[in-house]
Amino acid sequence: MNLLRLFSRTPTAPSARERLQVLLAHERVAFGDSDLVSKLRDEILAVIARHVQIDGDKVTVKMERGAQMSTLAVDIEIPFDATKKKLDAAKNKKAA
Amino acid sequence: MGKVIVVTSGKGGVGKTTSSAALGAALAQNGDKVVVVDFDVGLRNLDLVMGAERRVVYDLVNVIQGEAKLTQALIRDKRVETLYLLPASQTRDKDNLTPEGVETVINTLKKAFDWVICDSPAGIERGATLAMRHADVAIVVTNPEVSSVRDSDRIIGLLDSKTLKAENGERMEKHLLLTRYDPARAERGDMLKVDDVLEILSIPLLGIIPESMDVLRASNLGAPVTLADGKCAPAVAYFNAARRLAGEELPVAVPGEKRSFFGKIFGRKAA
Repeated sequence: MNLLRLFSRTPTAPSARERLQVLLAHERVAFGDSDLVSKLRDEILAVIARHVQIDGDKVTVKMERGAQMSTLAVDIEIPFDATKKKLDAAKNKKAA
Repeated sequence: MGKVIVVTSGKGGVGKTTSSAALGAALAQNGDKVVVVDFDVGLRNLDLVMGAERRVVYDLVNVIQGEAKLTQALIRDKRVETLYLLPASQTRDKDNLTPEGVETVINTLKKAFDWVICDSPAGIERGATLAMRHADVAIVVTNPEVSSVRDSDRIIGLLDSKTLKAENGERMEKHLLLTRYDPARAERGDMLKVDDVLEILSIPLLGIIPESMDVLRASNLGAPVTLADGKCAPAVAYFNAARRLAGEELPVAVPGEKRSFFGKIFGRKAA
């Protein structure tokens, strides 16, 4: 049983190498404070917050860093009256 | 209310992160809701060992500084759905870890999870003391080797003086997890024996994890060893340790003591 398991094993080092390469490529950039994905995340959230009052609990941000491509998914629940309130507040400011 | 566990050792490289991931996964594989928190700000590695390094969005420091909600920073494991990770910050200074912030985070997590496992950084500085501060139970990870045992003794002293429990005059529950145990070397008399370590540190034994290639293989793949290969010797040892942690009375088997005829012949080569 043990021998069988020993022979059926695939080497894991290539996987370790690949994971480290991707991770370190991203981390080296991040230390220069120009991690694009994080920057985009922050700016997108800032832009939306300017127009809508965002409830922190209603925001899901997912990132997946890859060798060739990274993905960023920002999922925000925008309640119907949130936009209205913000607009009203803006109007009141103008009026005052 | 969940239980807060700190996995600590003083010395680096003895297996705190490996053990945090493996025990966390083992508990979650039994259906419990588990979060593993990385306290090693600036040198995080739990994300890598658990295979979530590409999916880190926010971290512990972001949450403490109010830049992200706790729910946004938690990463759910792709294999076990009751297992979560709260990563440490890689770029921030560890001074951003405030005692008040850590307290709020731990108290919130305690309400939502059955187990909150705090993976302590090496050393006895801020990160390590904050990781142990709110613990209900401590797991002291030790290698059968002189410097590791000495550092563990030092950590046990801190657990009995610098934690919230100690300050309130309560007794901190402590368990010894002996890792990287090599039965062949112990048999030859070249390594401290289990009884030696237990006698010196005098805290109860939670488990003995044999030195094994499987642990390295699992970290290469980014999977806790209990998930990478649930049948290998270290995984079985972690599963049993998790059961003891959950309160089950289970005798601890010392690796190599019940060696078969075959094992005696091949035991030294197979690791």
